[in-house]
Amino acid sequence: MEHSKNRRNFMATTVQSIGLTALGGMLWSGYTDSVKASPLVLRPPGALPEVDFLTACIKCGLCVEACQNRETNVDKETGKQREGTLIMAKGGDPLLIGTPFFVPTQVPCYMCEDIPCVPVCPSGALDFNSLLNEKKELDINEASMGLAIVHKESCIAFWGIQCDACYRACPLLDVAITLEYQKNDRTGKHAFLLPVVQDNACTGCGLCEQACVTEEPAIFVLPNKIAKGKAGDHYVKGWDIKDQERVGNAQAIENTTDISKRDSTDYLNSGEFE
Amino acid sequence: MSLNRRDFLKNSAAVAAATAVGIAIPEEAQAAATKAESKWRWDKAACRFCGTGCGIMLATKEGRIVAVKGDPAAPVNRGLNCIKGYFNAKIMYGADRLKTPLLRMDDKGNFDKKGKFKAVSWERAFDEMEVHIKKALKHAGPEGVGVFASGQYTVMEGYAAQKMMKAGFRSNAIDPNARHCMASAVVGFYQTFGIDEPSGCYDDIELTDTIVSWGSNMAEMHPILWSRVTDRKLSNPDKVKVVNISTYRHRTSDLADIEIIFSPNTDLTLWNYIAREIVMRDDAEKIIDWDFVKQHMVFATGPTNIGYGLRRSDEKSIKDGKYTALEMEVVSKEMAKKVSAKEAPALEPYGYKEGDMMTNIAGTLKHWEIPFEEYKRSLEPYTLEYTAKTTKGDPAEDIEVYKKKLQALANLYIEKRRKVVSFWTMGMNQHTRGTWVNTLAYNVHFLLNKQAKPGSGAFSLTGQPSACGTAREVGTFCHRLPADMMVANPKHREITEKGWNVPAGTINPVGNQHIMKIHRDIEDGVMKFAWVNVCNPYQDTASASHWIKAAREMDNFIVTSDGYPGISAKVSDLVLPSAMIYEKWGAYGNAERRTQHWRQQVLPVGDSMSDTWQWIELSKRFTVKDVWGSQPLRGKNEDGTPKKLPNVIAAAKKMGFTEDTTMYEILFANERAKSYKVDITKFPQKGYDDSESRGDSRNVLGSDGKPWKGYGFMIHEYLFEEYAGFGRGHGHDLAPFEVYHKVRGLKWPVVDGKETQWRFNVKYDPYASKAAKESGATDFAFYGTLAKALAQGDLTGIKDKTKKSLKNKAKIFARPYMDPPEMPDEVYDMWMCTGRVLEHWHSGTMTMRVPELFRAVPEALCYMNPKDAKKKGFKQGGLIWVDSRRGKVKARVETRGRNRTPEGLVFIPWFDEKVFINKVCLDATCPMSKQTDFKKCAVKLYKA
Repeated sequence: MEHSKNRRNFMATTVQSIGLTALGGMLWSGYTDSVKASPLVLRPPGALPEVDFLTACIKCGLCVEACQNRETNVDKETGKQREGTLIMAKGGDPLLIGTPFFVPTQVPCYMCEDIPCVPVCPSGALDFNSLLNEKKELDINEASMGLAIVHKESCIAFWGIQCDACYRACPLLDVAITLEYQKNDRTGKHAFLLPVVQDNACTGCGLCEQACVTEEPAIFVLPNKIAKGKAGDHYVKGWDIKDQERVGNAQAIENTTDISKRDSTDYLNSGEFE
Repeated sequence: MSLNRRDFLKNSAAVAAATAVGIAIPEEAQAAATKAESKWRWDKAACRFCGTGCGIMLATKEGRIVAVKGDPAAPVNRGLNCIKGYFNAKIMYGADRLKTPLLRMDDKGNFDKKGKFKAVSWERAFDEMEVHIKKALKHAGPEGVGVFASGQYTVMEGYAAQKMMKAGFRSNAIDPNARHCMASAVVGFYQTFGIDEPSGCYDDIELTDTIVSWGSNMAEMHPILWSRVTDRKLSNPDKVKVVNISTYRHRTSDLADIEIIFSPNTDLTLWNYIAREIVMRDDAEKIIDWDFVKQHMVFATGPTNIGYGLRRSDEKSIKDGKYTALEMEVVSKEMAKKVSAKEAPALEPYGYKEGDMMTNIAGTLKHWEIPFEEYKRSLEPYTLEYTAKTTKGDPAEDIEVYKKKLQALANLYIEKRRKVVSFWTMGMNQHTRGTWVNTLAYNVHFLLNKQAKPGSGAFSLTGQPSACGTAREVGTFCHRLPADMMVANPKHREITEKGWNVPAGTINPVGNQHIMKIHRDIEDGVMKFAWVNVCNPYQDTASASHWIKAAREMDNFIVTSDGYPGISAKVSDLVLPSAMIYEKWGAYGNAERRTQHWRQQVLPVGDSMSDTWQWIELSKRFTVKDVWGSQPLRGKNEDGTPKKLPNVIAAAKKMGFTEDTTMYEILFANERAKSYKVDITKFPQKGYDDSESRGDSRNVLGSDGKPWKGYGFMIHEYLFEEYAGFGRGHGHDLAPFEVYHKVRGLKWPVVDGKETQWRFNVKYDPYASKAAKESGATDFAFYGTLAKALAQGDLTGIKDKTKKSLKNKAKIFARPYMDPPEMPDEVYDMWMCTGRVLEHWHSGTMTMRVPELFRAVPEALCYMNPKDAKKKGFKQGGLIWVDSRRGKVKARVETRGRNRTPEGLVFIPWFDEKVFINKVCLDATCPMSKQTDFKKCAVKLYKA
């Protein structure tokens, strides 16, 4: 009963907000600029790359509703639904109104095993197939919402404090966040236990960011686009068979630098030796 | 005077270094350092939290603590901390600090058990306590007045409480929460060594080759020690081995070369298996260090049918039907139980077989000497086959792989010249055979001569910051007096009475009201007054619903002194606001016998006052005639007359007291006390507040309604010095009060200004070298004096009652595996284990009020194997009921993360009052140590 009532209420407000946003087709495009200007946004699991996502998302709010009304999101004492992870951007949020996002320090993604937010997506903005594992099962560990970054200077584990709150909060403990041990030469008898994020396993759920005990989190999740670099496909690791698959992406392209942009003959025929 | 940065650094470093080694600092340099730091003041203290005993420095600015740093000069932590320690500066400033006494009252302002809490004056609070204590004394004598004491008391608080209880009220019903935490370790020490506390110290970590953790998640519970273990491992990864032995995987496995997941309670079997490997291998004669064993050891055993510390059938609440039929399914095993197939082989040498009805006697410390052959016979059942079959705790693990691990473990212990340290905490102490399993640890180390030596030894890690320093050393247990003396021993009572300057016969010789007994006596209606000090017994005691009901619904008066409102305060009738850790002078003693002092850094919040002050103010309300007349006790003497305490008023008069002399004048404001002067011109008092001795600028209205101006003498130094007097010259020597304010703690015994690293070892311990001179030994002397003469017998009983002395020797005990009283069955099909997490301290009253720690771990989760969750249809993060024969709680399922349980076992921490897990836990205890087994009971789980 409670659940269906919530659902009705939710649909009502959603319709209202859709109505509002529908009124302002202008408004949408108006905000598209600010999205580009401030791309630090974490999207739900399986979200397409940001540009494609913004095109595909129809702002229906079904993922947000599924997240907030998920079975495990019940308050222990009152039995009522708690604030969910996913929220819909509204006017003033620095991203396209009506699109879903989450802020780990408020409510991180709890990495539900059944990923209720994704199958409900009617538009494909949340890509179901991207979350299938090798056995073709829906698997939240396949998600890549972002990447956790450790800021070493403010992370107290790098001072030698025995913290590692992020490590213990990680749902993929010892896989997505591992500990690196180093001797503490200053004390001569203690060790540093340093949190290290494993890029290939971190889903960007943000549970580490929420658990971090420093005043501003020393570990935080950034969207992949911002957090990650990319090595060229023209060189692969000679010692890593899997990495050699990247050769498939490699293409021979003509290289141009300041020095090579001129035609070779022009160069040879040009005047002085300076 | 101008200071450039370099001078400043030089001066600060000099001051830190000087204080570290106890060198006097030139006044000028000290002044310069103070001036440069004039915006804030640094002073040293001990961390508030665990038994590791890290040193910290506190920065105080405008009367508030604003920052903390690890003390770089502290030998334990060298400037580091864990995240609880990192927040020491924030723990006193929760928004809901208790600031004034609160009493349950009706509309007219009268005390009303069913009334709401309203603010009252300190004077009114003490009026109420006085009335209710007198009522309780009249009702049941001294046994009607109880105190829930603490391993988090400062030394001085514990001593003041102990003195007023045992000399004033003549009640031994004062017992600390440390009972729940290391009582089994204590009885293990007493039985094995005849004296309490570890032989080794933390330096063993840097010196050892092998660290074996038994039932201890050091990585979370002793993080700074764990970082030392990690450093040791890093320094020689191939040689140094780490083994983690536990009933589920936790963070201490991270570093482990071997992880052994065993079935609950079968650590008894594992230890016996290792001992069997030592004693029964073909080359056993080369493995056992016979020279050592013959010279320093005797073999011993005791009764096995000692029950489980549950209520016995003749107890009032059992007879009154306060326990349900479901509860009685387990409680009834206290009287008798059937020997199971699992324990039968282990009990066979003791004369039991499967299916026998074992009739239990009440728990007893009795034991007797046996020949080595009998000890050897007790080990026969623990073959690799039996051990592997009965101890393997992870159903998914291959038994052959598991067997190899067991062999590897035994080999590590046995390997010649390999140094081994065994650490344990709650897993071995919170155990219905906790005393046994503690003694079994020493067996292995003794047989191999790997005890009390640098880098080798079995070492009990304590959980609380002053479980050793206060609860054990001061003796705030029902059966103890300071410095390892016992209330049951007439000589010890005499020494204590003389030391306290109270009449002979004042101290009650019956000390049996341990924590569980206090709760049970309240439920039985015997105890009508109880006072909670620095603990949270209504959250931390198993079978919690019983005790809460007894407190709230029966005719009694419960008082809680605390900094914050927790479950115990909520259950109480009167709540007193206590000064917190750095708002008073204090001292703690850590697990390696290190005593550390600090000064009062700031004034307490609101009208709160320290527990020391509260005890001393209470003592003003009781006179000689109120408490020193004849007092009734329970039970009868051997001649059939009712037990009672003698009238000592006449003796008191001979000592110069009158009937109206107050306990305050006798116990606290006596001539000796007044000789400890207030002197604000000198170190260590200069520049620091002392709210008890001198009053403070708050002018709190005190117990007489007048502004509090102080006792006029240095109460903290007096209490410490008088207490220390009991141990000096008796193997517990502490340094003078002032010295502790200069050094970073010292490991007792402190003899000729030197601390002791390894006790009982002639090379390091002056007491051992003295005893060895008498005994003729050259290497060790186990000079403890308790239970050092034994009757002779075999595994089944005493055969010759003549007591033989075993002076300067220690004991190796034959002790079998036995089942715990409650194990999973068809209905309650899962093991449930409770414990702690790194982020929170105990019941969370402090750490749940630090926003960062609250955010990091806001609630207690039910850690469960994913296969169990799937089988039962639970979702990760979903809510379930955890239901036992005693009660149920709602918790969220966690199948990932820090704790990975095998199928059939769940772990739920107890810090969260909203996941009140002690409603579920069983109050079975080790029948010898009376320590509750929080690590195992049976539960069923279903969707909420």
